[in-house]
Amino acid sequence: MSNNYFEIIRAGINTTFQDKGRNHLFHIGIPFSGAMDNRNFYLANKLVGNKVDLPIIEFAYQGPLLKFYGDKISIAITGDVVFKLKKKDIEINGNCYESYQLEHGDEIDILSTNKSVYGYLAISGKFDVKFQWGSCSINTKAKIGANEGEKLANKQKINISKINSNQEKKKIDYLSLRIENIRVIRATNFDYFSEESKRNFFEKKFTVSKLSDRMGMRLEGLKIENIVNTNIKSEGLLKGVVQVPADGNPIIMLSDHGTIGGYPKIGVVASVDYDRLVQITPGSKIKFKEIKLSDAETLFKLYEMETQNLISQIL
Amino acid sequence: MIKNISNLGDAALYCDFGNEINKDINSEVINFFKTIKEKNIEGITNLTPSYNKLIVSYDLRVTNFKEIKDKIENLEINEVQEIASKKLEIPVCCDSSFSLDMRRLEKKLNLSREKILENFFSKEYFCYMIGFIAGMPFLGDLGENMRAQRLKTPRVKVPKGSVGMTEQFANIYTFESPGGWNIIGNTPLDVFDSSKEKDPNLINPGDLVVFKQITLEKYNNYNEQ
Repeated sequence: MSNNYFEIIRAGINTTFQDKGRNHLFHIGIPFSGAMDNRNFYLANKLVGNKVDLPIIEFAYQGPLLKFYGDKISIAITGDVVFKLKKKDIEINGNCYESYQLEHGDEIDILSTNKSVYGYLAISGKFDVKFQWGSCSINTKAKIGANEGEKLANKQKINISKINSNQEKKKIDYLSLRIENIRVIRATNFDYFSEESKRNFFEKKFTVSKLSDRMGMRLEGLKIENIVNTNIKSEGLLKGVVQVPADGNPIIMLSDHGTIGGYPKIGVVASVDYDRLVQITPGSKIKFKEIKLSDAETLFKLYEMETQNLISQIL
Repeated sequence: MIKNISNLGDAALYCDFGNEINKDINSEVINFFKTIKEKNIEGITNLTPSYNKLIVSYDLRVTNFKEIKDKIENLEINEVQEIASKKLEIPVCCDSSFSLDMRRLEKKLNLSREKILENFFSKEYFCYMIGFIAGMPFLGDLGENMRAQRLKTPRVKVPKGSVGMTEQFANIYTFESPGGWNIIGNTPLDVFDSSKEKDPNLINPGDLVVFKQITLEKYNNYNEQ
């Protein structure tokens, strides 16, 4: 067995292994999954000298408290996260987007995400995790991925199969972005809704409900009134699709979404805004802004270039 | 054939085969799906066939709507082939602890519990598609008098094994999940097994399914046999 591992003293609220997700399985009902906030996932890996798409630990709200056993290892945390490193004699308040070295017996205490939902922990090396359909991403609903598809739990061990000990300190000057305006492209059932509701959808604010998770973000606000049919014949869904069930409260599909659904689709969140959408906390307001397909494509290209640029700044 | 192709967001094509639901249109969708899958077109990340639609997802980092649309429009599609089908029997217990929406259904359909069960168990169902959650089959068709709308507000948790009805379709919740179908019973059978990467689904599109009513006692002992 592995000599290098973390002991989970406190697992946190929703702590899972994630990577780039799994493709080509929608037709049997298996969603994409993967890290919710891709930019922060890539940056975490790069900060510890890994390939950008290696498995990392994703946490939401309160993260884990981990005790490390083994050879020297580098770690990095991304997002907007409050955490401490407890070493033999000192306690350090950690900074995101900066790597730290851990030694045998050191602890990382990830206290909370700050006005955001998800944060990422990467290590210089490889977690010893099971891959299913080419990905370790844990889908707790379908019980798929590493750790038998379950969230990480207290007292568990996280084995590390490979360590790169000689990492230089890396950091990047970056702040995780926060937005309120979410750009949306009209979807196939846009005309199922009353003129007033269509206007309201793009003009009024909605509140993110507590019933939000990796599958979906439920919204509350002015009811969206359907004037055609509150059901459609079930058909495919994608992350970012905004469905409106009969109660008039929109639901945005997120990375662990159901692959098929029967509620009318009013819009789809533009890919450029997805990483930032998932970081919006329950209780916050969001507002939709209409965007054309061609603009969405251009903006995503720019966002991707920016991400690649950030990655290349980490040497 | 595809009647119209539009975009669904900025990373998917929405191929519309019409509004009716029948085996012929569904077979065309499945045929199209299989053809695209075999071609391994660069940039396509997922295909979601449903009753009469096919959604083609792509990676916006490597391609875009126009490129994929051109490729799909210029595909040579194979002849529609008979879908190989199995016939399966699924045990279902309709004890009141499982039939969460029986009261609601009695009202919506204006039928007694006995009549609903009689109608439900006397049919043979065709599997149109798999999805929503892993391995969930969409089975049709329920008789005209058995068609109810979804719940107004979906349940946050529908128990694993639940058997549901909406419009002309029946389904099985392969594990606990949110959902809005009218639940009439529960099966002790594992309809999805993720440990089998190659063929995790018990039921596949084109299969024929009959439900068989079982007692609570039989349900409880089912997995001990």
